[in-house]
Amino acid sequence: MSVKQISVFLENRPGTLQSMTAVLAAKGIDMRALSLAETKDFGIARLIVDDVMEAMTVLSDDDFIAKTTSVLCVEVPDVPGGLDKLLQVFAKENVNLEYMYAFLGAKNIDKAYMIIRTSDTRAAEQKLKKTGLKLLSQHDIANI
Amino acid sequence: MERYFQPEIETMSRDKMIDLQNEKLVKQINHVWNNVPYYRKKMEEAGVTPDDIKTIDDIHKLPFLTKDDLRKAYPYGMLGTDMKNCVRIHSTSGTTGKRVVAFYTQGDIDLWEDCCARALVAAGATKDDVVQVSYGFGLFTGGAGLNGGSHKLGSLTVPTSSGFTDRQIMFIQDLQATVLCCTPSYATYLAEKMQEMGLTPEDIPLKAGIFGAEAWSEEMRHDIEKSMGIKAYDIYGLTELSGPGVAFECSEQQGMHINEDHFLAEIIDPNTLEVLPDDTEGELVFTALDKEAFPMIRYRTRDICTLTRKKCSCGRTHVRMAKPKGRSDDMLIIRGVNVFPRQIETVLLNEGYAANYQIIVDRVKHSDTLEVRVEMTPDMFTDNVGEIEDMQKNLMNAIHAMLGIKAKVTLVAPKSIARSEGKAVRVIDKRKI
Repeated sequence: MSVKQISVFLENRPGTLQSMTAVLAAKGIDMRALSLAETKDFGIARLIVDDVMEAMTVLSDDDFIAKTTSVLCVEVPDVPGGLDKLLQVFAKENVNLEYMYAFLGAKNIDKAYMIIRTSDTRAAEQKLKKTGLKLLSQHDIANI
Repeated sequence: MERYFQPEIETMSRDKMIDLQNEKLVKQINHVWNNVPYYRKKMEEAGVTPDDIKTIDDIHKLPFLTKDDLRKAYPYGMLGTDMKNCVRIHSTSGTTGKRVVAFYTQGDIDLWEDCCARALVAAGATKDDVVQVSYGFGLFTGGAGLNGGSHKLGSLTVPTSSGFTDRQIMFIQDLQATVLCCTPSYATYLAEKMQEMGLTPEDIPLKAGIFGAEAWSEEMRHDIEKSMGIKAYDIYGLTELSGPGVAFECSEQQGMHINEDHFLAEIIDPNTLEVLPDDTEGELVFTALDKEAFPMIRYRTRDICTLTRKKCSCGRTHVRMAKPKGRSDDMLIIRGVNVFPRQIETVLLNEGYAANYQIIVDRVKHSDTLEVRVEMTPDMFTDNVGEIEDMQKNLMNAIHAMLGIKAKVTLVAPKSIARSEGKAVRVIDKRKI
């Protein structure tokens, strides 16, 4: 059960990120999570949104280069050691993380959500399932 | 002993060649008059009818075609036959605005492949050779042209297309490829990779290479020849006329023989448009004598070179063209090195980029800087920062190999490169000299 993350190519200069958020704002796209990867010249904005189809359409209509990538969204208890428990699974199962970022839910204030990109999404998903940790679906994302 | 693919044509006497060209030109002008309304209108505006064209000496009466005409006529305006008779298209990169889409009938493909087979034989290839075609395949004409020529010759053809350098080298070694066809900048890159792998010329089975589709220097030729232990041959062509093989080098390597039974060449003064005598530098103009689907008449290539009809000791009688210098009005001098935007464009195409670029030249602390800005495309974009940085690095290396000077490569957002009147501004020179 993976979810779709949108990655957007941005030049590394003032105003480019805002030009993207302006497009999303105009269409009422709700962002759940955002992470930025940057180099000297360019950056990649990674977003989790409520409506992936709509967001992809408005971005490409406005000449942004955007791609979707499968990532895992895992619910962890928002308590000390919550993330560690999750990462123990990956360490034990020898799963390599490419990147990860976190967000908090609006409804469930005692939960945190980790967006995880691994080199093999399907394998990581199988391993997580065995542990009983909750993986969120696209539908869940729109409703938290 | 010099060998030819079509000896009766390649060594035809000058008189016979002129008779052949006269006959074909008359036929072709009638074909165009009857089938290409766009060009017929141009002829009518110039007050010329097919009756005015009796021999090739009358060609100066005919109007020129330019890239601008092809853009106006895009996509079907220059089509010389019913679409049902066409079997393929190829297309230019569209760097200067709209793409040129060239149509081919089976006859057009046949004559093009003959031209490429002539080039292969002139470079020493036989049906027993293994010809690796490392030009790109697809809309670009490079791969298809040499691939077809190699088939005609009956050589074993290895259609690797461009890229995947490790695999290219593996095939060269494992299949004992003897002839390599690619762009000179890619040949340089392959040679470097082979050297890094510790391969000496003795380990490399190649004996000849046919390198074209971009401007290259004698220095580059010597470097490639030395590092791979091969003889390197130049080839010339353009999509508008079919593709590579319009002209090619023989063993003498004193200019490229134009396949003038199919392509009639003239040199004109680009300002006055007067036809210039042999051995005088000017703009190269071609008339395709046989092409049915995309019949170019007096097409201005914008390539600057000379023509010579002096006898060549290879036995071929066809007129020779000197290596084009590129477009003289485009040349930049950066750190003392001549740079044509077209060279950078070629590298971009080789590396799989869309040729949407801008060159920015500046002078920082008395030293010239060169930056190449390239628009990112959806095909190239990945979510992985490392992969994009590697692409940037590869492109920098390829530009360095082509130009001999280093450039900074910046990937920019789509459509961010300034365009004026539909044409991208390719060069920004900020130097105050």
